[in-house]
Amino acid sequence: MVKITVDGKVLEVDENNNLLEEVLSQGEDLPYFCWHPSMGSVGSCRQCAVIEYANDEDERGRLNMACMTSPREGGRYSIEKAGQFRAQAIESIMINHPHDCPVCEEGGECHLQDMTVMSGHTYRRYEGKKKTHTNQYLGPFINHEMNRCITCYRCVRYYNDYAGGTDFGPQASHDNTYFGRWQEGPLESEFSGNLAEVCPTGVFTDKPFGKQYVRKWDLQTAPSICTGCSVGCNTNPGERYGTLRRVVNRFNDEVNGYFLCDRGRFGTGYVNSDERITVSMTRASSDADPHLASPDEAMSQLHVMAVDAIGIGSPRASMEANFALRDLVGKDNFYAGVSANDLAMGQQILDIYRNRPVNVASIKVIEGSDAVIVLGEDVTNTAARIALALRQSVKNLGKKMARDMKLPDWHDAAVRQLTMDRKSPLFILSPHATRLDDVAANVHISSAEESARIGFAIANAIDSSAPAVKGLSKEEKSLVDTMADALKNAQQPLVVCGTGSFSPALIDAAANIATALQDGDKKANLAMVVPEANSLGLALLMNGSDQSLDQAMSLVADGDAKSAVVLENDLYRRAPADAVDSFVNALDNLAVLDSTQTRTGEAANLVIAAGTFAESSGTFINYEARAQHFYSVFKPKDSIRASVKWLSDQKLSEITAACASSITDCGGMANLTPGEDFNVAGMKVPRQQHRYSGRTAMRADINVHEPKQEQDEDGILSYSMEGVPATRDATVFNTAWSGGWNSNQSVFKFQSHTGGALKQASHGQCLIENNSKTKTWNEIEKDNAPEGDFAVFPLYHLFGSEELTARTPAIQEKATSAYIALNGDDAQKLGLQASDGVALEHNGSVPFIIRSSIKPGTVGVPVGLEGVNFRNLPDGIALEKASSWTAPEKWHAANIIASDRASSEGEA
Amino acid sequence: MFSFQVGSLLNIALILGTVLGAAALLIWVERRLLGFFNDRLGPNRVGPFGILQSVADVIKLITKEDWIPPFADKLPFVVAPIILPIVMLLSFAMIPFAPGVGIIDMNIGLLFVMAMAGLAAYSAMLGGLASNNKFALLGGLRAAGQMISYEVFLGISLLGVVILSDSFSLRGIVEAQSDGWYVFPQFIGFMVFMVAALAESHRWPFDLPEGEAEIISGFNTEYSGMKFGLFFVGEYIGMLFMACLIPVLFFGGWHAPFGLEFGNEIISGLFWMAAKTSVFIGFFVLVRAALARPRYDQLMSYGWLVMLPLSLLNLLITGAIVLMQGS
Amino acid sequence: MLKGLLHQLNIYWSQIVSLYLVFMHLFHKADTVEYPDVKPFTFPRWRGRIILTRDPDGEERCVACNLCAVACPVDCIALQKTEDEEGRWYPEFFRINFSRCIMCGFCEEACPTHAIQLTPDFEMAEYVRQDMVWEKEHMLIDGTGKYHDYNFYKVAGKAIGGKGKGEALDELPPTDRRSLMP
Repeated sequence: MVKITVDGKVLEVDENNNLLEEVLSQGEDLPYFCWHPSMGSVGSCRQCAVIEYANDEDERGRLNMACMTSPREGGRYSIEKAGQFRAQAIESIMINHPHDCPVCEEGGECHLQDMTVMSGHTYRRYEGKKKTHTNQYLGPFINHEMNRCITCYRCVRYYNDYAGGTDFGPQASHDNTYFGRWQEGPLESEFSGNLAEVCPTGVFTDKPFGKQYVRKWDLQTAPSICTGCSVGCNTNPGERYGTLRRVVNRFNDEVNGYFLCDRGRFGTGYVNSDERITVSMTRASSDADPHLASPDEAMSQLHVMAVDAIGIGSPRASMEANFALRDLVGKDNFYAGVSANDLAMGQQILDIYRNRPVNVASIKVIEGSDAVIVLGEDVTNTAARIALALRQSVKNLGKKMARDMKLPDWHDAAVRQLTMDRKSPLFILSPHATRLDDVAANVHISSAEESARIGFAIANAIDSSAPAVKGLSKEEKSLVDTMADALKNAQQPLVVCGTGSFSPALIDAAANIATALQDGDKKANLAMVVPEANSLGLALLMNGSDQSLDQAMSLVADGDAKSAVVLENDLYRRAPADAVDSFVNALDNLAVLDSTQTRTGEAANLVIAAGTFAESSGTFINYEARAQHFYSVFKPKDSIRASVKWLSDQKLSEITAACASSITDCGGMANLTPGEDFNVAGMKVPRQQHRYSGRTAMRADINVHEPKQEQDEDGILSYSMEGVPATRDATVFNTAWSGGWNSNQSVFKFQSHTGGALKQASHGQCLIENNSKTKTWNEIEKDNAPEGDFAVFPLYHLFGSEELTARTPAIQEKATSAYIALNGDDAQKLGLQASDGVALEHNGSVPFIIRSSIKPGTVGVPVGLEGVNFRNLPDGIALEKASSWTAPEKWHAANIIASDRASSEGEA
Repeated sequence: MFSFQVGSLLNIALILGTVLGAAALLIWVERRLLGFFNDRLGPNRVGPFGILQSVADVIKLITKEDWIPPFADKLPFVVAPIILPIVMLLSFAMIPFAPGVGIIDMNIGLLFVMAMAGLAAYSAMLGGLASNNKFALLGGLRAAGQMISYEVFLGISLLGVVILSDSFSLRGIVEAQSDGWYVFPQFIGFMVFMVAALAESHRWPFDLPEGEAEIISGFNTEYSGMKFGLFFVGEYIGMLFMACLIPVLFFGGWHAPFGLEFGNEIISGLFWMAAKTSVFIGFFVLVRAALARPRYDQLMSYGWLVMLPLSLLNLLITGAIVLMQGS
Repeated sequence: MLKGLLHQLNIYWSQIVSLYLVFMHLFHKADTVEYPDVKPFTFPRWRGRIILTRDPDGEERCVACNLCAVACPVDCIALQKTEDEEGRWYPEFFRINFSRCIMCGFCEEACPTHAIQLTPDFEMAEYVRQDMVWEKEHMLIDGTGKYHDYNFYKVAGKAIGGKGKGEALDELPPTDRRSLMP
């Protein structure tokens, strides 16, 4: 720490950070554009100019960019004195800026607006002609309005340098500088949505939001958790006039930081979908006509039915909803709504987290890792935020080199120049090429079984007490040694694995590697990806019981249960279709609580309209067993209620407390919120901003007499604009806003240090505390070679594989129907031509694509896409060319982005 | 002990009708006059010159819900507004309008009038108490306090007139003024009576029992509809009565000034009586338009410290002079 | 003593002066304007009933920017943005609850396109309060209102139907992104 003087104020700052970051952390207002806490400094926008004085006698000083200045002990600086320079700089920046604010989606949360006002440029003197630019179509997510660009280069630094995009960049020069793709088309990066938040003005804006646009201050928001995958990114969904309008990032230093993936950001349109269940329906039997059930009727039917029913939980429902169902049907009648294998894997991961000498890795830890091995998990598609974090981890080599040369980390351009193309080691073992291959030191194409064997071998190579593997090839042996060396020498080694390949052996292998890396106090980091938002929570909730969906099915088949209550779960996605068919047919009563129509719901005789994440509150537990609370964003109409409200008449806080006290390791769940009695100055935390508009007119068309403000029975937050804003108390951190900082950049005002943890708000609670230092090992189990001609491995799609987000129009535009991916040689053997289909044994016909990385004899089949139920397929299948074939309507080969594809074949 | 004569039934009916009609008209007159004093027009839309405004008001009051607050003391609440117009109308029985015109001629007429004026206080007090409302109670208290204080020198100020005329009969007093109005020998008495009369009828600036700036509407806060209307009408009858009583006591009643009698003495008498009454009504309205309401403590100290000594002084001087002349 | 007495007398005298002065008002002309028999003159910038205007080309001026709504101190304006196929923004609905409106004119001040304007019409009473809720179709007039020449999209950079990039006032034609010339 050093002491500096800024405009006469003495500040104590960290000399390892740049001056801009430090003065912002001290609460000063200093304009900036190109700098970003996650992306470091390049000093191009000339906005953060300060005067730096040589010594105490110096009256004149010299202009410096604060973002490019290291604070020095005793340094004297002035923000104020450089004001005129900043005003002139922004006047030049604004010369070509169009007169667009009223029709710009950024207006009202625009960093450029804020900085222009802050710099004091209020009147345009320029009377010449303005430069204009044409726009590009950049896909369903991002809108492009190039006229508004101020050439700060943040988009390139984010999209290319940070997120690893390759299809975007700066073009032309000087005043003509243009940011876009080399030709029109959808942005390929899975993280393109962050452009809307990174761009300080309205060049890149959220397109689906633009179609149903309202200003930031008009959105009713509440802290929420993304349900797209198991990472549990913190989000801030916004609602207006009863529909969910958009999702923006909510800063959480340990989880998502500043960025979300496109599934999370754009995948919530299903909340407003026509496929929503908006009223409860009931029917006497499965062939009778359904009729409307009033909420009271539905409630009483459900509770009558539940008396002797089994309950089937869900990995996409909150802990509280699952626990309420478990409470309702009784602990012994509660079954996890996942297959036996899925449940076992979840419990296996919990066991590893609890008992192995490992650190469970948060995203922040992943970003700090200096050697990574990814085992069989396509994280870009199953837990995308982890992929973005892995991309940052490989930059740690550069930072280390820079540090050795006494160059600070924030010197972004310099650090990048320094490493050239050297990266810290990232090893990927996968049955196919992945989107992370471009930053990987080594990619090994291997099936899950082979990867597991290699994993066990690596563990053995690091720590010889680990079980050894026999029969490795020479090539594999050298690979094992390289990886083992790199991991062993790393300060922060990381092992990434998950349930994506459905292989318990692979998880064991990952656990062994992480265990082997433990050395004294040094522990390896381990991240185990699970499929859904609350998969790990459901595994925890089972409390060691192995009652899976498979068991529930055999129970019903044996006639031991006649009724079932299914919570937010489409069983057809969990088990083979015929097994589910016979299950629902054997039941007398089937109640389904869900937010959207599913095949399971169609078979039910009581369908109950449940709220989505935006309409309910509760707790999700992410892949690292971090419990995070999400608050309902808005109140749905009366016929829709949160699942937990249907299942129990207890208060949410009581259910949370009961769950916390009765489930092993869940104690931390009880402390996630400040408690339902929490208030600031006697008021609840408002969901609406202090400048929320239209309060007395929005419902006036229905009735000019305004109704009472909606009440939130779960406490803490209110559906109101009355209350103390986050600027005064951010215990529940809702929307980032601070005086003069209307854009999301204002988040630094709520951070303890710019870019660091939030001052007040919770960043969740990791439930499992692990101090284990004893190494235990798993043994390799011999897997039977799969039958059939082709071994099947699962393929995941960020857009389409997840059940709910796939119902969002914008996501559907980027998704495709099911297909199979295979090697070119195999395609030739099967005699496939470009527009042919492939018949899967008993499972219809699908289109195909050729991916050169896939090993002959193996095929990739997507999980969760329309057309094929992955659960129907055995491990190995026979394929043949389909006869009389036409490609399905939703087949969009162009949406499958993979580096190992020849671009022409198979496209519709 | 005392004697009285009752006028003919026609006399009674005509006077009652005229008084009620005049009281109703008075509401309109006052509002128009106030308008003029304020450079406005006043009510001018119902009927010619707005003369039917009171009819519209009455229709409104009658058709309003006859509401008794659930927390009120029902019987006194209902009785209170009835008292005021009744006692005021009874007082009118004493007024001699012209020779031979008048309902009753009592030899203790003035005492009866004083008694009736005293009874009127019950209206405000009961209304204030029965409303069971702190503002109404305050209004009632104020009314009671004000009545007791001002009644004292209201009576004393009249004694000069009684001494001069040697009569308690109003008709007698008027007749005694045939050769000179009492306003001249009894100027102090007149001034004191004038103030006391304003206070007695709760007229501005002595409307503290209502004092809407502090206590909403005072004793009639909880009243609405025709019950409120009765208070209202009662107040105007009271004002009319005071405007009649002052000419009777101090301005020679029906006697014409400067020998301006014409025709029948009854017609002439009625005309002059009406003319004098009108002047005082106009004066009452002017006072309302021009003067500000005092504080309650000011009202009290003014009454006890200025008015009472003044009236006693007046009585002393008058008595002394009469005794001297008589001896 | 004398001073006190004079002061007291002065108080009474002032009451008499008041009576005299007020009495003399009887002979002044009343200030009353006999509305509705006599209509008052209202100036063009009177803040009365709110209308939505069209630009000189006859298109809706309102671009649904929400600034009027946020400026409104009683929150009586609610609207929703939508756009036509060619990118022109306009309100899907635009509602003013006149039973809440206080005619402050902030919405007009805030409007960047001169769309929302207050007019001299102040006779806005209704028998049914619900009738005071006005939608866009009630407020949208065919003319330009007080400001005849302003056309927002002619100065804005956004392309709409009939006006491409570089065709607005004081704009250069779109740049060529494949050229490296400055």
